[in-house]
Amino acid sequence: MRIVFKTDYMQDIRPWKDRYQLSLYLILLAVVFAAPWVLDVFYLGELTNVLIWAIAGMGLMVLTGHTGQASLGHAAFLAFGCYSNVILLEAGVPFILAFPLAGVITGIIGALVAIPALRLHGIYLAIFTLAMSILVDDIIVLTEPWSGGVSGKYIAGIDLFGLTIDRWGTPMLFYWLVLAVTVIVTLGYINLLRSPLGRSFIAVRDSEVSAQAMGVDIARTKTISFGLSCMVTGWAGAFMGLFAGAFNNETFSVVISIELLMMIVIGGLGSIHGAFFGAIIIGFLPQFLSIAKEYVGAVFGGSTVAIPGLEFGIFGMILIAFILFEPMGIYGRWLKIRTFFELFPFYRKDMFKRQKSYLKTERLR
Amino acid sequence: MDNVQLLISGLANGCVYGLIALGFVLIYKATEAVNFAQGDFMMLGAFVTIGLTNTEYMGLPFWMALPISIGIMAGLGYLLDRLVIRRMFGQSQTAVVILTIALGFVIRFVAGLIWGHEPQTLQNPLAGREIAFGGLVLGMEDVAVIVVTVLLTGSLFLFFSRTKLGLAMQGASQNQLAAYYMGIPVKRVQGFIWALAGAVAAIAGILFAAKGSVDPSTGLLGIKAFAAAVIGGFGSLPGALAGGLIVGVIEPFASRYIAAGYSQIAPYALLLAVLVFRPHGLFSQVRVKKV
Repeated sequence: MRIVFKTDYMQDIRPWKDRYQLSLYLILLAVVFAAPWVLDVFYLGELTNVLIWAIAGMGLMVLTGHTGQASLGHAAFLAFGCYSNVILLEAGVPFILAFPLAGVITGIIGALVAIPALRLHGIYLAIFTLAMSILVDDIIVLTEPWSGGVSGKYIAGIDLFGLTIDRWGTPMLFYWLVLAVTVIVTLGYINLLRSPLGRSFIAVRDSEVSAQAMGVDIARTKTISFGLSCMVTGWAGAFMGLFAGAFNNETFSVVISIELLMMIVIGGLGSIHGAFFGAIIIGFLPQFLSIAKEYVGAVFGGSTVAIPGLEFGIFGMILIAFILFEPMGIYGRWLKIRTFFELFPFYRKDMFKRQKSYLKTERLR
Repeated sequence: MDNVQLLISGLANGCVYGLIALGFVLIYKATEAVNFAQGDFMMLGAFVTIGLTNTEYMGLPFWMALPISIGIMAGLGYLLDRLVIRRMFGQSQTAVVILTIALGFVIRFVAGLIWGHEPQTLQNPLAGREIAFGGLVLGMEDVAVIVVTVLLTGSLFLFFSRTKLGLAMQGASQNQLAAYYMGIPVKRVQGFIWALAGAVAAIAGILFAAKGSVDPSTGLLGIKAFAAAVIGGFGSLPGALAGGLIVGVIEPFASRYIAAGYSQIAPYALLLAVLVFRPHGLFSQVRVKKV
């Protein structure tokens, strides 16, 4: 049992709780930094993929986990980020400018989208964003002169500081680039949550009425949240484009939007850790399933049969299990386990029990 | 004359959307939750009926299979509420949304396992028959779809506004806790509404499979039905039907008169416009926002 003894107000505001916690995260950072020397190329690629999904997850987490606005359309912003990055690169803008710009453009589009969406709550917002996500497919086809339409676009390596970074040619450099952006975004996210803006996000999530009473400008807060969320998602989209190498109108479909939302729910809504846990599940589930299938085929004999839709079926089942038994996701379960050991033997079962809210409608008939 | 023909086929399509939307609205009206898996329910209903009637499966007579499959789907709806949704009691709306999306994935996967991914049609006595009057040629299936939908919507509307159980359902959705205090068995009411939604999905599925072919991804049609429900205003049964008809009619006309590429956008553009300008639908039921 570890006791954090606070002697200074700064200790409440500091991003880390104590030196022990800080050192743990530094060790983690060192391990992921050294990963390219340990892992082979295939697993390095998978790890890069996980990091990219984690960036996208953090983007959605700001909006859904911390501002409480469920979006089923974030694949649209992945697409915006990806396309604007590539189009800027093709126009001759160097990567060091094109990449941040892609995020900023996506963020501005997101903030613009937020203005009509501000009037919508809960399910209506989810449907609005869902419709947007469906429309993006058609928009990409219609804007063929810029987007390449159905035939799509290709992107080879990029140049940064005189180095050629390519997902296939120099996977290590690409991994470090993604890792650097992940670390910057994560640090920014941690700082955001400590700032008045981040606190007002959480206030809006927990109760719009009380937030308003405390002087939070709801419309402004939601718009900024949308903008920030879309900016980070745009960066993830730019990386997804670089990672895939080729993409067209079907790459960023509605399914990706849904997958992204499910990912952060499985990881744990309302925590930065959740985005990472969810990304690990999303990234490694296909590999895990194919390994499991081979194993089953080897044990019971017979050829390995391809079952279409298996991945989504299993994914759906995992999600249902999580929502029923652990609504706070993997991170919530981890918190419980950690508290059990930290407080041993004083842990009680209903320590994390949440109050139930009973439903009231706004309809009159 | 051409336009009338387009209109009728649009109406028939719109009725199917309307029926799925009806399922959304039923559940929304009684539990304030949205069942994103309603489209997949419809697909499952269609496949259950195909499994019962088609000669390569069980080969039961059509009129015997009809009530059986409606019963099976109602039972599934009830079980779903009993085993899954009821545990979610008191959790946020968004959690239910995500749960039903996941459920849709699972249903699609299971249907693919059992019936395969090939498109199949329902063998039915109406197939291929046509009615002709005044130069119009109408498929029997289209007429059947329109008649059944109108009857079903009408009777459900009367059920909600006239019967004691219907009023109890509305009460349960407007304020769960108060409904408990008034002696409404909220949980049983919810179980009943999910069964009802299952039965409506089965009817929609049967009509859809009679008109065209179904495969496991047909459930994604639910998204269009969603547009229908939103355009009509969630929570209004006639609104759902009207929304379905609007979406159904817009589609053939848009593909006829608007340039290719723009036409499939039409229903969603309408949806976005409705959400922006009348956020609670054309048949809105929200008047004052209370704190």
